[in-house]
Amino acid sequence: MGGFWHRFARNRSAVLGLAILAIVLLMAAAAPLLYPGSPFALAGRPLSGPFGEFLFGTDTLGRNVAAGIAHGARTSLLIGLISTAVAVLLGVLIGGVAGYYGGRVDDLLMRLTEIFQTIPSFVFAIVLVAVMSPSVHSTVIAIAVVSWPGVARLARGEFLSMRRREFVQSCVSLGMGDLRIMFRQILPNCLSPIIVTASLLVATAILIESGLAFLGLGDPNVMSWGFQVGAGRTVLRSAWWICTFPGIAILLTVLAINLVGEGLNDALNPRLRSA
Amino acid sequence: MPGVSGTGCSTQDFDVRRLRFIARRLLQAVPTILLIVVINFLLLHLAPGDAADVLAGEAGSATPEYMAALRARFGLDQPLYVQLFVYLKNILSLDLGYSFRHNQPVLTLILDRLGPTLLLMATTLVLSVSIGVLLGLLAATGLRTWRDNIISVLALVSYATPLFWLGLMLIIIFSIQLDWLPTSGMETIGAFYEGWDRVADIARHLVLPAVTLSLFYLAVYTRLMRAAMLEQAGMDYVTTARAKGLTERRITFGHVLRNALLPVITVAGIQTGGLIGGSVVVETIFGWPGLGLLAFQSLFARDLNLLFGIFFLSACLVVVVNVIVDLIYALLDPRIEIA
Repeated sequence: MGGFWHRFARNRSAVLGLAILAIVLLMAAAAPLLYPGSPFALAGRPLSGPFGEFLFGTDTLGRNVAAGIAHGARTSLLIGLISTAVAVLLGVLIGGVAGYYGGRVDDLLMRLTEIFQTIPSFVFAIVLVAVMSPSVHSTVIAIAVVSWPGVARLARGEFLSMRRREFVQSCVSLGMGDLRIMFRQILPNCLSPIIVTASLLVATAILIESGLAFLGLGDPNVMSWGFQVGAGRTVLRSAWWICTFPGIAILLTVLAINLVGEGLNDALNPRLRSA
Repeated sequence: MPGVSGTGCSTQDFDVRRLRFIARRLLQAVPTILLIVVINFLLLHLAPGDAADVLAGEAGSATPEYMAALRARFGLDQPLYVQLFVYLKNILSLDLGYSFRHNQPVLTLILDRLGPTLLLMATTLVLSVSIGVLLGLLAATGLRTWRDNIISVLALVSYATPLFWLGLMLIIIFSIQLDWLPTSGMETIGAFYEGWDRVADIARHLVLPAVTLSLFYLAVYTRLMRAAMLEQAGMDYVTTARAKGLTERRITFGHVLRNALLPVITVAGIQTGGLIGGSVVVETIFGWPGLGLLAFQSLFARDLNLLFGIFFLSACLVVVVNVIVDLIYALLDPRIEIA
């Protein structure tokens, strides 16, 4: 673990990313303390400018933009993490089965994966949410459905190469069950690339979530950064701050997660680094 | 041709094999499109309310008998597999259904809006690939200098920027503050320009949407090009070229560049689907009258026939682009097995 941290810390931008991410996490955790009550509540005069009574001003209805950003951090991180978890689970399951069994199962599952990769993901997500009606659940499902194919292809490649390794062969000859070999023996050995991919998927998931919320497809009862930007769009000419600050929050969070992801890549795959 | 071996067969032989490759590639696209149609159909059925509900809602009220008559007329009272069969038959004869909101067939609506979207996508593709390749090249040739650092940081930041926010910020800067470019639409309303004036007018309207959509992909191609150049620089053929006494400039432009371009072309094909998704957001922000804006409008009018028509067509567009990319790839790199 010490070696891991040492390798991670050698990448300075990854440490910077981790620091930004820590601040966002802290903000999400402290949101109910910093801004108690609903972020949809009216806080003051509509369209008050930033850096006065309110740090980031108020929106068209007089809602506090800073409160929205703090509460929105919870939404973005939560949806990003959960949808990624679902996508990784789905991807590892499908890719793992394809790579482990090979043959026709592999052909069939990989054709399916390719077809899902062909479908334009953001449009697919829009259609899915429109069909299920906007809510946190439908957003998570939509993001997971469009994100799993990448993980599946990765997992398939890993399982396929592990399948022929001696330790797996010996497990087979010991009479171990397929499921046990797949999840207790092979999976722990190919976790590194999966973790790296998953960390980058969280960033993509946050971008998709904010895009959906911006278009008005987010959960109407949950505050989110994309919703805030979308709500400020109509008064762009007179109140620039409503759109600007939540957007910066998205940008910084996604950037931080990408940096951490690259740092993880360097730290978990030291062979690639030295090449 | 550096780093590439000959195919060792006559040209005529090669042409036949190429035709066969095209035919096989097109055949492979068929099950993909069929499955997309099935997904489309299933989702349409998952959606709450059918066409009869929508029409009855439009009319304000309806008797159960009228609803039943409507369902019979649209075939909604048939078993699911019959409906699927009818749906498949309709789509394969390019009948994408009817938009009750616009009182027009979906296909007509889509074809009307296809032009502006293709213009936006083509401009974006050219902008992002050419500038991305250039920046990647600059970064890779000046490895770990200030040039590389600045380009890499820019690529990282634009890779993390949400499209819709970037578009709004560009509007604040270039339309509201500087008043250089129009905020929305594709042409100045009521100006009725003709000839080159019209082209110039459309070009002025195109700048902001195209730049917004390009920036994310520009970051993708810059990073990819940089990585591909670095990967190629370690290959044996580069060492050979250096041993022959070629200058670094000739090695870079004559040998490394064309090989490093291959992954960029592959990814440009893969990103087409993303471009369509991005154009929904960008067209909505800039009021660009293309498919994306139509999708956004159909979303809020609950015009599902239209929304699914656009979804189906955009998936088909990706399939077509992928086939084209495979062909370009086979032309550029004769090592690719096309037999």
